[in-house]
Amino acid sequence: MGMNLTLKVWRQNGPSDEGRMVTYKVEDVSPDMSFLEMLDVLNERLILEGDDPVAFDHDCREGICGMCGMVINGVAHGEQRATTTCQLHMRHFKDGDEVTIEPWRAAPFPVVKDLVVDRSSFDRIIQAGGFISVPAGSAPDAHSVPVKKEDADAAFDAATCIGCGACVAACPNGSASLFTAAKITHLGLLPQGQPERDSRAKAMVEQMDLEGFGGCTNTGECTAVCPKGIPLDTIARMNADYLKASK
Amino acid sequence: MAVTGAILVLFLLGHMVGNLKAFFGGDAFNHYAEWLRTMGSPAVPYRVLLTVVEIVLVVAVVLHMWSAVSLARRASQARPVKYAAKRKSQANGYATHTMRYGGVIILLFVIWHLLDMTFGTVNPKGFDAAPYDRLVAGFDPSRWWVTLFYVVAMIMVGLHLRHGLWSAFQTLGLASGRSYGKLKAAAALVSLVLVVGFLSVPVGVMIGVIK
Amino acid sequence: MSDQTHGYKVGEPIRDTKAPEGPIEDRWDKRRFSAKLVNPANKRKINVIVVGTGLAGGSAAATLGELGYKVKSFCYQDTPRRAHSIAAQGGINAAKNYRGDGDSVYRLFYDTVKGGDFRARESNVYRLAQVSVNIIDQAVAQGVPFAREYGGLLDTRSFGGAQVSRTFYARGQTGQQLLLGAYSALERQIAAGTVEMHTRHEMLDLVVSGGRARGVIVRDMVTGEIETHLADAVVLATGGYGNVFFLSTNAKGCNTTAIWRAHQRGAMFANPCYTQIHPTCIPVSGDYQSKLTLMSESLRNDGRVWVPLAKGDARKPAEIPEDERDYYLERIYPAFGNLVPRDIASRAAKNVCDEGRGVGPGGLGVYLDFADAIARLGRDAVEKKYGNLFEMYERITGENPYETPMRIYPAVHYTMGGLWVDYDLQSTIPGLFVVGEANFSDHGANRLGASALMQGLADGYFVLPTTVGDYLADVKSFGDVDPADVEQAREAVQQKIDKLLSVNGTRTADSYHRELGKVMWDYCGMERTEESLRKALERIPELREEFWNNVKVPGDPEGLNQALERAGRVADFFDLAELMCIDALHRTESCGGHFRAESQDADGEALRDDENFAYVAAWEWGPDGPTLHKEALEYEYVKMTQRSYK
Repeated sequence: MGMNLTLKVWRQNGPSDEGRMVTYKVEDVSPDMSFLEMLDVLNERLILEGDDPVAFDHDCREGICGMCGMVINGVAHGEQRATTTCQLHMRHFKDGDEVTIEPWRAAPFPVVKDLVVDRSSFDRIIQAGGFISVPAGSAPDAHSVPVKKEDADAAFDAATCIGCGACVAACPNGSASLFTAAKITHLGLLPQGQPERDSRAKAMVEQMDLEGFGGCTNTGECTAVCPKGIPLDTIARMNADYLKASK
Repeated sequence: MAVTGAILVLFLLGHMVGNLKAFFGGDAFNHYAEWLRTMGSPAVPYRVLLTVVEIVLVVAVVLHMWSAVSLARRASQARPVKYAAKRKSQANGYATHTMRYGGVIILLFVIWHLLDMTFGTVNPKGFDAAPYDRLVAGFDPSRWWVTLFYVVAMIMVGLHLRHGLWSAFQTLGLASGRSYGKLKAAAALVSLVLVVGFLSVPVGVMIGVIK
Repeated sequence: MSDQTHGYKVGEPIRDTKAPEGPIEDRWDKRRFSAKLVNPANKRKINVIVVGTGLAGGSAAATLGELGYKVKSFCYQDTPRRAHSIAAQGGINAAKNYRGDGDSVYRLFYDTVKGGDFRARESNVYRLAQVSVNIIDQAVAQGVPFAREYGGLLDTRSFGGAQVSRTFYARGQTGQQLLLGAYSALERQIAAGTVEMHTRHEMLDLVVSGGRARGVIVRDMVTGEIETHLADAVVLATGGYGNVFFLSTNAKGCNTTAIWRAHQRGAMFANPCYTQIHPTCIPVSGDYQSKLTLMSESLRNDGRVWVPLAKGDARKPAEIPEDERDYYLERIYPAFGNLVPRDIASRAAKNVCDEGRGVGPGGLGVYLDFADAIARLGRDAVEKKYGNLFEMYERITGENPYETPMRIYPAVHYTMGGLWVDYDLQSTIPGLFVVGEANFSDHGANRLGASALMQGLADGYFVLPTTVGDYLADVKSFGDVDPADVEQAREAVQQKIDKLLSVNGTRTADSYHRELGKVMWDYCGMERTEESLRKALERIPELREEFWNNVKVPGDPEGLNQALERAGRVADFFDLAELMCIDALHRTESCGGHFRAESQDADGEALRDDENFAYVAAWEWGPDGPTLHKEALEYEYVKMTQRSYK
């Protein structure tokens, strides 16, 4: 009933190591396992064999924390749409499959070890302006500013970004536009976000460029792999806000 | 990219409309070609406006290519280590391929096209012939491979524009919210009109409507 | 006095000295006014460490930074935005009464005390209910996109244990949206330079010097370096310890190490046995299972829970006619029906499965059926409300819940116990504050749905910033940190790491963790008996002994070593598990999330023993076993009654 798979996994012992693909066989994989559970099984075996287990980031394992992420057979988070790696299940693979597993590839996401990358560049983009300045305790009553339901819903759609970095990994240009645009759109659609709207867009876009991400050519690869399906029109909104702020 | 692209699209629209003059016969077409050179006359000397347009176009093409090259360079700097597995496109892979490779094919075509129709270097009638004669001779059924190349190139242009136009709307921040779907459709429509318009002339020559 | 049979000593009673006297509605105001203030110019020179960046820790670090303190924030994840608060789905309670349906601060207070089965402090709970309204204001101002109605005002829904609609939500991702709000506030302070962020750092010990908490020992998980960070106060916001069961709804990285080390350094641990088993999780599918996934409790608003009437009915759910189904929650609890509190819903599920009427693999599941809701509201309306949850279910199980009922089963979800804190959220170590799930404070023996987010943010945004200031006003009298205390803590950390790496046995840390988890689930899970707990107390020390002599941890202390991180956490879970069982054994009553089979009424409901157990059990660590300190609970406002949801 279980499947036998051949894994080709990127192994890199640290940031300065060159790294290489290493082949492993895994046997008797249950179709109900998650992809990460399949790797857990491999790692348990590697430890007992005296090998170094494969390092990979993961935490909540329910598709919301954004910590996991691998390029599986050339697709960020694997071919299952709107799914993080931890929510990808082995029923989507076949017995005998060869599976290539690589880390996110981008200069602003340097490899820490094996499949683990450093995504602190995303934090710095948020630091540049991805917030509304409101000290604790100073807020007016929540009902003092009604928000049109459609704006609230659109803001929510953009706000669902989990910061996993799949957009960058999938982009042929290595651009972080979808990530940055999601936050600019979320806050820019709400009345609370208006006072800082211009400065936010300008600062965040400039930080994104400074981090060394590539430029956007609207290929749509980002939104196709996004586990939360952040829409591509957020990027237009970001560009509009940026152009307006730069005038 | 978006701005230079927009200039080129406007040019293409004008170019296509001019081409359609071929359906009104040789005189209309030749007269139009002459008008291009006497635009603004007598206030502006012969061919000055056309030269200005040509300069703008050359500059736009150069900047457009320069933007493309610098975007590509940025992209390769942003991903110094490539993926081992072939990156599988999840968005049809259409955009990346038509923009980059399609762009190169279009450039090769434009060079040929200028040599054929403007300088006449590779045209059977040569530079001294009237524009209409060059047109008819250029697409003569015996030179079917030229027509084929032209057709392929025009389809490339169409695909390039379909993404390029819409992408320009994105880059200029126009395609958000409700206008997103409409602008995407508009980009496709303009591209289709241009392809049909441009292809109608060589097809017309081939089936003998234009002779 | 000592109790040999239970293996613990009984010490002096303990008391919260910080809650002011007087009418309950004035106490927080009084405390805020009596709290000493720190001169803004001095705040810049005062260092505060905050460990953990979930709702409580993230909001605390951001707020303290905003106030002008020099804050250092630590998290084990690669960015503060990933803390497990992010996974909370359903919503956040607040006594806004925007619906005009009779809600009030007092009612939220009442519901929470009752829901906690009369094992929480009235003063704390009242403050929580008061502050709840500010949280919603704060979150909305930060841009948290709560669900809204067509009029542009905030939408609410009802939740387990309440008969009013007071739960604010952002689709099924309320925790995520609130956490991203706190995270953005934190990032703003990082940019402003008031907060120094240390990601991928794990706290491994607490530095106590001169009787005060003065810093932490952390491991840089990327380089493996052991670092010392000193401060004037330390805030732990490191979450709960549900992962002691191995399988739980917690994130894989959630662990007890920070609070356990603090406990070993003198902070008392309160009510460790209070564990919340969440009724609506996706059942286990196999031995490789690494975690359990929760389906939001809000699903019980529209889903109906049932099992076949007959034992061992193996028909497909659609083939079972209405009159052969048992909608057991609606049958047993007509007043609350499918919306009974979590502990009751969980145990009812266990009971019907124990009777042999469970469904799915191994008979460990019950149906949560949306057929009626889809017929009543239409598929679109159901999809709007629960679409993302249904998708998640389908991804994991491969079954479509629009067509076939979901299968659910209870799973460990939240731990009400935690480090003991007073009204100021200060532990028994001066200068060590504990917020969020890591403390024991507000939920008694059972937490109501949508109250965890409320407590985390109340602690971090509103309570802690006031009370920490009161403590820090005397900072000049703290004195210097004794280097010997630092050295001793570093030494302890280093020794443990060296030991783990040197055993080189034949089993992995995960395999021990799995086994420990099974012991805890079988013997200290949804139902506990004296016999089962004694079995656990026998098995845990044996297993721990084996672990320390036979675990295999590969690799080096330097660099990223995830196996080493895990082994260190498992080692602490062993110690905690033992204390949980001791606590569960000593509390012979049933209350909230702690169900002792010996203490139930004729209907099988939990039976409290208020005469003997109306107290908080605060445990002091000792090398020869724990010492119990009791904090008596008095109820001036809410009369203690047997909970009834019938």
